[in-house]
Amino acid sequence: MKKNLNYSHEHIVYLKKQRNKKIIIIVSRILILVFILGIWELCAQVKLIDPFITSSPSRVIRTIGDLQKNGTLFYHIGITLGETIAGFAIAVILGYAIAVVLWSSDSVRKVLEPYIVVLNSLPKIALGPLIIIWIGTGYTAIIFMTVIVSIIVCIMNMLAGFIAVDNTKLLLMKSMGANKLTTLRKLIIPASLPALMNTLKVAVGLAWIGSIMGEYIVSRAGLGYLIVYGGQVFKLDLVMTATFILCVLAGGMYAIISLIEKRFHRH
Amino acid sequence: MLKFDNITYTYHTKEGETTAVKDLTFEVGNGQFVSVIGPSGCGKTTILSLAAGILAPSSGQVIRENGEFGYMLQRDALFSWRTVEQNIYLPLEVKKRNTPEMRGKAVALAEKYGLKDFLKKTPDQLSGGMRQRVALIRTLAAEPDILMLDEPFSALDYQTRLEVCDDVQAIIKGEKKTALLVTHDISEAIALSDKVVVLSARPARVVAQHEINFGDGSPKKRRECPEFSQTFEVLRKELGI
Repeated sequence: MKKNLNYSHEHIVYLKKQRNKKIIIIVSRILILVFILGIWELCAQVKLIDPFITSSPSRVIRTIGDLQKNGTLFYHIGITLGETIAGFAIAVILGYAIAVVLWSSDSVRKVLEPYIVVLNSLPKIALGPLIIIWIGTGYTAIIFMTVIVSIIVCIMNMLAGFIAVDNTKLLLMKSMGANKLTTLRKLIIPASLPALMNTLKVAVGLAWIGSIMGEYIVSRAGLGYLIVYGGQVFKLDLVMTATFILCVLAGGMYAIISLIEKRFHRH
Repeated sequence: MLKFDNITYTYHTKEGETTAVKDLTFEVGNGQFVSVIGPSGCGKTTILSLAAGILAPSSGQVIRENGEFGYMLQRDALFSWRTVEQNIYLPLEVKKRNTPEMRGKAVALAEKYGLKDFLKKTPDQLSGGMRQRVALIRTLAAEPDILMLDEPFSALDYQTRLEVCDDVQAIIKGEKKTALLVTHDISEAIALSDKVVVLSARPARVVAQHEINFGDGSPKKRRECPEFSQTFEVLRKELGI
């Protein structure tokens, strides 16, 4: 942003107020986190709560250090992150393609509508046993789980975005003699960009649900595995640590998508 | 030349069938500006779709001597993700005629009609009247022989409307294009056209046709002529308002 030094006094005061407001918001956010962690730690230290069951921030940090020492920290993070990103990418790309097909043909859309509705409402975890038997117990099974959890929303969101494109613009394309492919390329895809950004945001959350759920059912590594394993052997430190890392990763991925969205908005 | 020869058009919905246009016959000569007026909902847009070949008539024949046509809609339908310049190139891209030569011509046209400083802006930065002007240049960019105008001024406020109306007429006459305008606005039709075709309520038939040739051809002068209000009265009666 260019700074204009000829602003009036009033405008400078206004800008300052805006900046102060922003600072207050950021500081408050950090304070809340510090406050919660502080209370948690304090209660654990004075034995107001039992750290064996609730763990504590210091124990989480120690556990991260231990995992780092025995070399498994980034192994588990890498596996879960890999599964989530792969599942997310496949779901978005495949979902987009299916939405295009459904958009291009009214009849296909109407024929498939009930199936999509049912698949959307089906709790995907019910497919767990089938997935294990059909695909096995490796990452492919977990990636598959991630895909089925997130793809339906990708399809429905994108299709809604395609259909919401302004009728006048469609008529314009028609009057210029545009075929379906040209209409898709010149109008539908650019016009539905906000819907795509929205889809990415929803899909990234669902992809995390899918991968962790997959790891709960079947896995030998990953953050979901650490949580299940920690729960079974009563190592709540491990459960808390894995959950904390998940929070950071999921937040990070969401932030990346928000950044991409901002970039697109500027153009 | 564009000729409607005994056209009937019936459209079908679940609720039944409706005859929108019945036994319609009229002609648009080369270089002529013809307006079709009729009561609201009398099938005016259907007539344009028939003329453009988007719809096929149930019976009768639409004769188009020279094929290329351009469409200008009620709303400008400019793409907000494209600059004004890129919007003007849209028909060239769609019709696969996106050559440097055609682009050059399109830009020259835009500059000739006062869009020079707006080419790199986005449509959001333009006023309603300016946007409609961009829409017209976009229509002209593909060098159509016949222009179809579907109430292109109806979404504008009164002041802008008069301005853009004069503007568009000047551009179309300047480029020596044939034009077919549908509207429900009597004064707009008189001010702009060489010929006015009056339609009845649905199913639309031709009630009367008037050649209009008073004034010097500009909408502004024509509105000031004494014949303007007389013609207005005649058309008003024919429309049954």
